[in-house]
Order: sequence, then structure tokens, then C-alpha cells
Amino acid sequence: MTAVDTAPAETATGGGARLARRAFAVRELGIALALVLLVVTTTVVNPRFLSAQNLKDLLLGSTILAILAVGQAVVVITRNVDLSIGSILGLSAFATGAVFVAVPGLPIPLMLVIGTALGAVLGAVNGGLIAAARVPALVVTLGTLYMFRGVDYMWATGRQINAADMPAAFLGMGTATVLGVPVLALFAAAVLVAVGYVLRNHRSGRELYAIGSDPAAARLSGIPSGRRVFYAFVTSGALAGLAGVLHAARFGTLDANAGLGTELNVVAAVVVGGVAIFGGSGSVYGAALGAVLLTTIRAALPVLGINPFWQDAAVGALILAAIGLDRALSARVARSLRERKAHV
Amino acid sequence: MPTPLLALDGVSKSFGAVAALRDVRLELHAGEAHALVGENGAGKSTLVKILAGVHAPDAGTVTLDGRPLLLSGPADARAAGIAVIYQEPTLFADLSVAENIFMGRQPLRSLRRVDYAAMRERAAELFARLGVRLDPDRPARGLSIADQQLVEIAKAISLDARVLVMDEPTAALSGIEVERLFAVARSLRDAGTAVLFISHRFDEVFALCQTVTVMRDGRWVSTDPAGTLTVDEVVRRMVGREVSAMYPKQDTAPGEPRLQVRGLTRHGVFDDVTFTVHAGEIVALAGLVGAGRSEVSRAIFGVDRHDAGEVLLDGSRLPNGDTAAAIRAGLALVPEDRRQQGLVMELSVERNTNLPRRWRLSRGGLLFGGDERRAATTWAQRLQVKAGRLTDPVSTLSGGNQQKVVLAKWLATAPKVLIVDEPTRGIDVGTKAEVHRLLSQLAADGVAVLMVSSELPEVLGMADRVLVMHEGRLTADIPRARADEQSVMLAATGQAAAA
Ligand SMILES: Nc1ncnc2c1ncn2[C@@H]1O[C@H](COP(=O)(O)OP(=O)(O)OP(=O)(O)O)[C@@H](O)[C@H]1O
Ligand SMILES: [Mg+2]
Repeated sequence: MTAVDTAPAETATGGGARLARRAFAVRELGIALALVLLVVTTTVVNPRFLSAQNLKDLLLGSTILAILAVGQAVVVITRNVDLSIGSILGLSAFATGAVFVAVPGLPIPLMLVIGTALGAVLGAVNGGLIAAARVPALVVTLGTLYMFRGVDYMWATGRQINAADMPAAFLGMGTATVLGVPVLALFAAAVLVAVGYVLRNHRSGRELYAIGSDPAAARLSGIPSGRRVFYAFVTSGALAGLAGVLHAARFGTLDANAGLGTELNVVAAVVVGGVAIFGGSGSVYGAALGAVLLTTIRAALPVLGINPFWQDAAVGALILAAIGLDRALSARVARSLRERKAHV
Repeated sequence: MPTPLLALDGVSKSFGAVAALRDVRLELHAGEAHALVGENGAGKSTLVKILAGVHAPDAGTVTLDGRPLLLSGPADARAAGIAVIYQEPTLFADLSVAENIFMGRQPLRSLRRVDYAAMRERAAELFARLGVRLDPDRPARGLSIADQQLVEIAKAISLDARVLVMDEPTAALSGIEVERLFAVARSLRDAGTAVLFISHRFDEVFALCQTVTVMRDGRWVSTDPAGTLTVDEVVRRMVGREVSAMYPKQDTAPGEPRLQVRGLTRHGVFDDVTFTVHAGEIVALAGLVGAGRSEVSRAIFGVDRHDAGEVLLDGSRLPNGDTAAAIRAGLALVPEDRRQQGLVMELSVERNTNLPRRWRLSRGGLLFGGDERRAATTWAQRLQVKAGRLTDPVSTLSGGNQQKVVLAKWLATAPKVLIVDEPTRGIDVGTKAEVHRLLSQLAADGVAVLMVSSELPEVLGMADRVLVMHEGRLTADIPRARADEQSVMLAATGQAAAA
């Protein structure tokens, strides 16, 4: 994290636009650097940390968090938050098991579609409530967090679905690799590229940034804010649903507690990844990097011989550092933009 | 008369107990520029927002081409060919200037991707047409209020609309930019666009418009061809009484130097700015938009740091970039951008008025509602703030009334040196005279006043001395006796050597 600190503002004279763009590029670069630093340090302490197997495990471990973080970033960019994703993941994971129990021969792609669609429906519930009740997303999704989990509990009471209940091919997907890269990680990469592409290149994606940047101005500009935010929640829900299916494939054993508490991890990844919690800026690439960084830290701390008790504290410190850095960075960018002449 | 392009008939609109519009009518014709004038809070912006689809009228009809027009949102208005420049710029701070202009209508290339290069190019073309050289790539965050208005103007003209509505687009612009805007507006008008123009500057109204509609207290008063009206007549209809003595600066003998600025420099923004303001003096800082006037005033106040030079108040040096120290030393700055720098929009009028004075008002750290209300009421009355209740949030006030709250807030600190940046932006004639009387009174009481203003009559009427900036440098220091339109404009455009 320290590496970013020096880079941007020193070049204040070099033009605000370039500076600002750099600050954002640097933001993602900074996370990447922190990641490299962490991996190098840990490897020096314990060379086995960089083994192919361990790297694969790391990627695998980041996958689900990264997919969730991408969906969350879409929501956070619009100045909202989705706390229900952990419950959506849980519900979708259990549904995966239940469907396979009922229809053992179901093709895997179809299962992926079903899980994603279930998530999308639950996301639509969130989006619909927010649009209809005009209640802040924080409150609505806090409510649905408990509601969805409650449904999950009711459905799964006393039941547990084991690996034996699911097709071997499906479970194999959880650990399979293509040219050494886990298949699950490929899913995450595909999601990342697709969502990143839309946010960057499509009008609707740009409008999400506009909404988060200034909701009132967005309304005055005729942006269909309600609809866009609704679809942001559908996206977030759908990705959580997809993540639920992948969760089932990876872990095999399912009960009603799958994904419990994940939402805070995901918000942490998004914030560490440089997506402004007040919306309007940041990227899904940053959010995904944040997810990888958090996973790596959790894997690295034991290797570095740090008491597991401190792990959460370390993650917390990282979040605070990221937010502090964001503040400092945006204050400096804002100041240099203000102080600089706008006319070229 | 042919059928009007756009017509409002019997339109009313209330916000709770406040009746902002009552039975208002208005007809806009193709190829005609129509002025809408009225005091602060007369309901002009509310009418604009009805045309923009932001507010739905409580009663009355809007017709386009003689057919009823139902607007359920700003998108509908845009689709109907109505382009609106709102009084308060509504930009997305995080996005680039070009993206702000084309949001929702970005040029596309294959696969419906946003074509950033084309967007940048078209933004640059728009700015060229307006004669400004704004960087389309920079984020909107940090743009001066004048630049924000220029972006809004670029956005509106890029729509190629049939009806162009401009709510005080010129309030922060100086003569040259206004001329360029008018040139564009005239060419649009001549091409058949109906233009609705709102301004508190009557010279502009008469320079651009063929028809003038006057409003008072939410009611329609009159609509006449501009040729048959005089400024005095318009003012009388607006205010309902005679308004005299527009710029009553009393002559005072300047006292000892109060504010001394020596060699103030910020690289790339302003360079070697040196001047002195004496007690009892009003010094105006004139120049074009982007000349660096606001930047200088912010550097003096310590909002921004400077790279070289010094600022002295009563002979003692102010620390660089320390606003708190500047306030303690007796400096006050009324900023140009009231939304971003002057007001807390969601707080009430009285809270806003008392923000910088809270410490003095509090007894043992507690704020007492009664005192706060009394102090706020005094200033609000002197400046004729028109608000439903002082406890209403500032965001519900009309633009001019918000400006009065900003002024009240800083005047109440009883400063030794008062820097005002566009003090009367968006303020109507009657109150403008009151603001000028207040500034003059403050000067007579020994306050040194530095006034940044883009409005030439205000500069010429109020200032003991006029400093003119051009591209970051002081190009002239003109005493009141020799200051006139020509000498100031020449210096502002860089055609006169330092006097
Ligand atoms: N959203 C709102 N809520 C409550 N009152 C409002 C709201 N918008 C406007 N008003 C009130 O309606 C009246 C008319 O305001 P409006 O903004 O139309 O005035 P205006 O003619 O544009 O004035 P100015 O010249 O100062 O811009 C004012 O009394 C204002 O306080
Ligand atoms: Mg107004």
C-alpha cells in the first residue's frame, strides 16, 4: 500500500486530467504492487509459498470472493450497497445441491444458468424494494440478508447435502485446471472482463458512474436512475447466484450456513480495491484485485508466523489504510484540479 | 401571431405552503429570444423546471406546436426538443468534461461502444464555437463556477434543440464570454430555435431578446416587445416600486494599508501579483473568466497554497495555506461557488448563516436556539432573504436567495478584510443595490474590501480602484476617475500595458 503514496500528486503541474487519470490507474497499480510485495516477502520467508500448487490454491480461494466483489462494485459505484449477497450465495448453493439431488443428470451449464437466474431474481427483489419503497439500499439489503437466509434455513433444516449427492463431473469442475489455471478462476476472469467492458464502453455503464457521482444531477440529465440501479442489483444478485453454484462445486458439502458473513469480506475487498464507497469512481478490476489481495493476506499471515488472532486485525488495518489512502489521494487530486487552470 | 412553438397557460405550482407559481402564462416562438425577468424568488427557476419536466405543474397546461405536452421527467423534455441550462450547474464531478456534455448520448462506434475519441473531439468543437479553451479530458471536479456554466452551455447547444432554456447562464461570465454565448444563441435563434433567457443583467436582456416577460411573486405581470420597454419600466414592474441609486458607493478617504499582497505566485495559475487594499477602500479585481482572479482570492484566504510571495494583514504576515489563521486574523471570503464552497445545502437557513460564528454565539459550548435565530433573522432581513421559514433547508431557496444567505454568513463575522467573489451573482436589482449599500457601509466603517466581479457596471460603480488581470498577471491598476468600460476591457484582453 505504501508504494502508491509517492506517485501521483508530485506531478501536479503536469495537467489535472492526466493527473487524475493517473491517480486512478495508480490506484489499481498500487494494489497490484502491494500484492507483489506481500507475495515476495512471504516467499522470502517461506519459498514454498510460491509453489504452483499454492498459487493455484490462492487463485481458487480468490475466485468466489472476486466474483462477488465485481457485483458489489457495480452496486457501490451507484452509491448503494448490497449486503444480501452472502445470503443469496447460500441460497443458490443449497439450491444447486437440492436440484442435483432431484435431477441427478442435469447438465452442468444448465445448473450454472439456474443458479445465476435464481440470484438475479433475488437481486430483482432487492432492486424492486429499493425503487418502490425509496428506502436506502443499506436498510433494504440488510432486511433481505436475514430474509433470504431465513428461507435458506427453512429449506435446509437438518439437511445436509454431501459431495456424494452431486455428479462427479460437477465437483471436478471445482478443482479442474486448464493449462494450470483453475476453471473457477476462468469463470471469474470472464465475469470481470465482461462487466468491466460494459462499465467502460457502454452508455448504461457510464450512467452508473453518473448516478453515483451525483444522483440529483443524474435525475436532471434524464438518466433513468431507478432502472439502472435496479439492474445493478440484479447484476449483483446474479453474480452472487453464480458464485453460489461455484461454491457448491468447490466445497461439495452444503448446509444452510454457506456464505454466512461473506458480505462484509466483499465490501472490504471493494473498498480496498479503490471503489469509492460514496460512488462515482473506481473499477471492477480494482475490486477483483482487492479480493485477491485479501485472500492472499489471509494465506500469507500464517506463513509469516503471525498469530491467527491478528489476521482479522491485519485485514482491518488494511481496510483503514485503503480508506485513508483514498481520502488523501482524492483530496490531493481535488486540490490540484482546483488550483490548476482549467483552460488549455 | 402564429401558433407559439411552446406555450404555458394557467400554470400553478406550490411547494407545501409556498406558492411558487400562480396562473402563469408564457409563449415561446420559433426564431425568437424571449427574456424572463423577476426578483429573486419570483418563480423563474420553478417555471424552467416545469418546462424541463423536473416538476409537474399542479394546474395548467403546457403545449408544444399546439398539442398538449405531458412531461413525466427530464428525459421526456429532452426528447421533445427542449434543452435546459439550470441555474445551478449539475455536473458529475467524477467524470470528464466531455462525458458530462454527452452523458446518455455519447457518440458510439461499432458494437455500441462509447467512442471516446469522437466525444472528445466534439466537445472541443463545442468549446471552439463558444470561444473557450477548456480541456475536455479533465474531470469536472474543481472547475470554477464560470467554467461549469460554460460546460452546461456546451451541453445545451450540443442538443440542437428546438427550445433552448437558459436560467441565468451568464451570472458568472464576463463581457467577452457573454458576447460569444450571445453570438451562438443568436445563430441558433436565427436558425429557428426558440430561446428563453433569464438574467438579472438588463443590458444582456435587451442585447439578446425581442420579447420580455416580467414576473412578480409567482405571477405573470406583463409580456411586451423589448423595443417598447425601458430598463426603468421593467424594474418598476418587477419590484412594484421605484428602485433608485443602483450603485451608491460613498466616497471615503482611504486609510492605512490593510491587505498587502506582494509578489504572489502560483506556478501556471498566476504570477507576481502585487497590490494593496487600504482601510475604507473597495478594490475591484476584474478580468475575463480564467484570468486567475478567483484563484488569487483563494490563495490570499489560504484555501490554496501559493508558491511565492506573501500576504500581509495589518502588517503581519499570514501563514501560507492556513484558512483558520486567516479567519482569526480578520479575513473573510465569500466564495463564488455557493453550492460547493459556501453553503451546507441540507442545513437550515439560520444554521448556515451562523456556521462561521458558532463559537462566538455559544455559551459554554452550547448553542442557544433563541440567539441563533435572532442573529440570523437580523441578517436575513437586511438582505431581504425570501424564505418560507428560517428553519427550511437552504436547498429549497431560490438561487438569488441562497446567495444572500452566503453573504449574510460572512458579513456577520465582522471582518477587517472582506474578499467577495461575485458577490451579487444571481441577485436581483433591488437587493443588488442593498448589497452594494452594505459593502459601501462596511468600507466606510474601515473594512478593506476586495471584490472580484465579472459585471462591469458593478465594478465601475463600486470600486475606488480597478485592478485588471489577464492570463494570471495584473495588467492594470486604474483609479476610479479613469476607470471606464474601454480601459478595463482593453486591460482584460491584454491590449494595454500595466498602468
Ligand atoms: N423544492 C422547493 N421546495 C420548497 N420551496 C421551493 C422549492 N423550489 C423553489 N421553492 C420556492 O419557490 C419560490 C420561487 O423560487 P424560484 O427558484 O423559482 O425563484 P427564481 O425566480 O428563480 O429566483 P432567483 O432569481 O433567485 O433565481 C421561492 O420562494 C423558493 O423558496
Ligand atoms: Mg432562479
